[in-house]
Amino acid sequence: MPTFNLKINNETHTVEADMDTPLLWVLRDQLNFVGTKFGCGIGQCGACTIHIDGNAMRSCLLQVSQAEGMNITTIEGLSKDGDHPVQQAWKEVDVPQCGYCQAGQIMTASAFLKNNPNPNETEIRNAMHGNICRCAAYNSIEEAVKVAAKKIS
Amino acid sequence: MTPSKKIAFSRRSFLKTSALAGGGILIGFNVLNACNPKAEMPIDISKLNFNDFNAFIKISDEGKITIFSPNPEIGQGVKTSMPMIIAEELDVAWKDVYVVQAPLDTKNYTRQVAGGSQSIRKGWEALRQTGATAKQLLVNAAAAKWGVDASECNVKEGIITNAKGDKLGYGDVVKEAALLEIPENVSLKDTKDFTIIGEQIGNVDIDKIITGKPLFGLDYKEEGMLYASVLRPPAFGQVLESFDDSGAKSVSGVSQVLKFGNKIAVLANSTWAAMKGKKALKANWKQESQAESTAFHDTKLLEILNGKTFDTRRKDGDVKEAFAKADKVLERIYESPFLPHNCMEPMNFFANVKDEKIHLVGPIQTPAGTAKRVARHLKREENEVFLEMTRMGGGFGRRLYGDFVLEAAEISSLSKKPVKVVFSREDDMTAGTYRPAIKYKIAASIKDGKLTGYHLKEAAVNNNMYGLIPNFFPAGAVENYQVDTTNYKSNITTGAWRAPYTNFLASAEQSFFDELAELMGVDRIKLHMDLLEQVKTNPNPKVEYSPDRLQNVIKLAVEKSNWGKSEKGVYQGFSVYYCHNTHVAEVADITMENGIPSVKKVTCIVDCGIVVNPLGATNQVKGGVIDGIGHTMYSDFSFNNGVPESNNFNSYQLIRMGQTPKVDVHFVESDIDPTGLGEPTLPPIGAAVANAIYKATGKRLTKQPYMSNLNVDKKVMG
Repeated sequence: MPTFNLKINNETHTVEADMDTPLLWVLRDQLNFVGTKFGCGIGQCGACTIHIDGNAMRSCLLQVSQAEGMNITTIEGLSKDGDHPVQQAWKEVDVPQCGYCQAGQIMTASAFLKNNPNPNETEIRNAMHGNICRCAAYNSIEEAVKVAAKKIS
Repeated sequence: MTPSKKIAFSRRSFLKTSALAGGGILIGFNVLNACNPKAEMPIDISKLNFNDFNAFIKISDEGKITIFSPNPEIGQGVKTSMPMIIAEELDVAWKDVYVVQAPLDTKNYTRQVAGGSQSIRKGWEALRQTGATAKQLLVNAAAAKWGVDASECNVKEGIITNAKGDKLGYGDVVKEAALLEIPENVSLKDTKDFTIIGEQIGNVDIDKIITGKPLFGLDYKEEGMLYASVLRPPAFGQVLESFDDSGAKSVSGVSQVLKFGNKIAVLANSTWAAMKGKKALKANWKQESQAESTAFHDTKLLEILNGKTFDTRRKDGDVKEAFAKADKVLERIYESPFLPHNCMEPMNFFANVKDEKIHLVGPIQTPAGTAKRVARHLKREENEVFLEMTRMGGGFGRRLYGDFVLEAAEISSLSKKPVKVVFSREDDMTAGTYRPAIKYKIAASIKDGKLTGYHLKEAAVNNNMYGLIPNFFPAGAVENYQVDTTNYKSNITTGAWRAPYTNFLASAEQSFFDELAELMGVDRIKLHMDLLEQVKTNPNPKVEYSPDRLQNVIKLAVEKSNWGKSEKGVYQGFSVYYCHNTHVAEVADITMENGIPSVKKVTCIVDCGIVVNPLGATNQVKGGVIDGIGHTMYSDFSFNNGVPESNNFNSYQLIRMGQTPKVDVHFVESDIDPTGLGEPTLPPIGAAVANAIYKATGKRLTKQPYMSNLNVDKKVMG
């Protein structure tokens, strides 16, 4: 089985895996980064969103062989103590209900706000459209993105 | 305001105390049931036994309060709101309270916990009594120390004072308190004196959620655990005839393939290898019972709905006579599809079946019943089964059913390995316990401008509405009233789905009332208010709802939504409903954009009695409304020869942010005991939207999902 060196949250991890293994399962099953969630496996729900070189990506669609040499950030590495402005906004607004999709929502929002720290409502809705929240906490997610934008800008 | 109440039953039946070896006092209690009379309290915190008590309060020498509960969060905020109720009566500051989830460590913890979706409504009294009794115990200890009567003492935020101005913290008297008799006849607080209940308190697990800590069943791991992916019959009504596992076995990481019943499990050292192995299986299936399609269900349900065989669930007066004498009759049929639950966390469970015990871990809403089923299934004793719950990535009714727990247990039993069964999204959507497809026929008779008869007929797949629903509105408001039900038994598995039956019944009835008001030439709001007035004039003992509380939410909805005064291009629809002991009125504001309706705003008035935690409660209400809009407007699920026609989010539409309105939530101020909140805001919204779409388009929508019946392009938004 081939070996891959992955740079995750600023640390290098060496893993053995089949070439076609989605990064999601390497993160969850092999490296214990279980904050990245499995929701659909086909890039439709956003629960597995991580950052690749700062951009939001679906880890269920990215094969481990493609991830070598890239800067991978998971929810565990977004900040040291959960003090990223997006995480703090999520706390202030008290967004989660079941909480399962929220790591993915936070990763999408944080990558989006990095590129557009002062978004309007339509831009927020477009950016968050790919992340499903089955508890339908959408009003709170939208509000939290606005709160985070204020903290960042 | 409610006067402080005396407690009617003995505290000994659910509460015990002990002094802790390391200092402090431990109070064990049972929220929803009495404890074992012989139950012993541990003196060591690591020996908490959740078989005897389902929660514990520890008060340390420093006065810090820790609430231990093995009951994890189901998604509706009880892990925050239940401790709030205890802290309120215990009279401590919320900042001094720690809520601890007993960790998943079976060396120290054995737990067999009971769940209950009506947690707050049923636990309200017991939680208040627990807090109040603990407080009285501490006050009694302080009073004895001072040599004064306990009635001369006061408490504020964990500090006991007496008339002389002496002060003692809870921590100062825990040693003495542990030796005292448990007090009887303690008083509960007057609701106006609440300082924690009614405050905006954040989710106690928030830090773990936002940093991605392991909380959910899918995150649980054990040394040596294998992942199992299960191939189930692709169509309902099929059984396994033969299979070839050579392809699966050649996938690297796959260690075993085993058949159990009509299913095949692939065991591997990673989820991905197990899923890949499953895809490589070749199986032949045989159709054993009928291969049913959606067109067949539609025909069958209409046939029985128009037939003559029904169970009469309630009959007041004589609807036949009322219809015979009517000036006008309105009759409509309303139709709904099957729906999968689609919890974001797909079904999964861990099982380790050994000779000495059976260890189960995962997300399940019915732990006690499921543990029993596993014992029966594996022919083992019930006391050999230890089931631990994890936080659940959504429930919505799907996790009431333990089919996936039985699978995990059986696979572990056959393989003699610790195993975690993981459903893919495709497994989750195609091996469901779906909301059944249902059709209603509603007829009303009008004589001399008055509603004289109301006849509701239900034709459902598998099972019919539960017992109390026939006593919901308009029962009691119409002289001649009848509810009849009938069903068709299908091989498609069905079950409870958020607000069972009412999730569609409310849409049907509240759309019908909109059309009825129009036919009668009366105002929609006035029709409801007048009918409810009649219930007050002629009270009917067999009515579940409160006409006063329904009238009140209607009045508030009119006021808060600017009903009838919306700006040009904004169309409003109204709906009101009672279920889960809660009264709700909703107004939907919609606009039409290129011929497609867009819900812009929903005003939602809720009377759920006392609101324990307004922050969590508002989340529940908004979620219920938006979930309801998603499933009534967009979500569709059909079968073709027993095969589900959608299996993932590229072919099944769940509502997304761009499709959501702003939800404006108003709670009725109340001092009545709290009632359900996780479900009751969902049922009425479908009709509020349909009634608004009627105003915009002139089209009455009777078939869900509405978007499929509006002649607009049906496509899944990804």
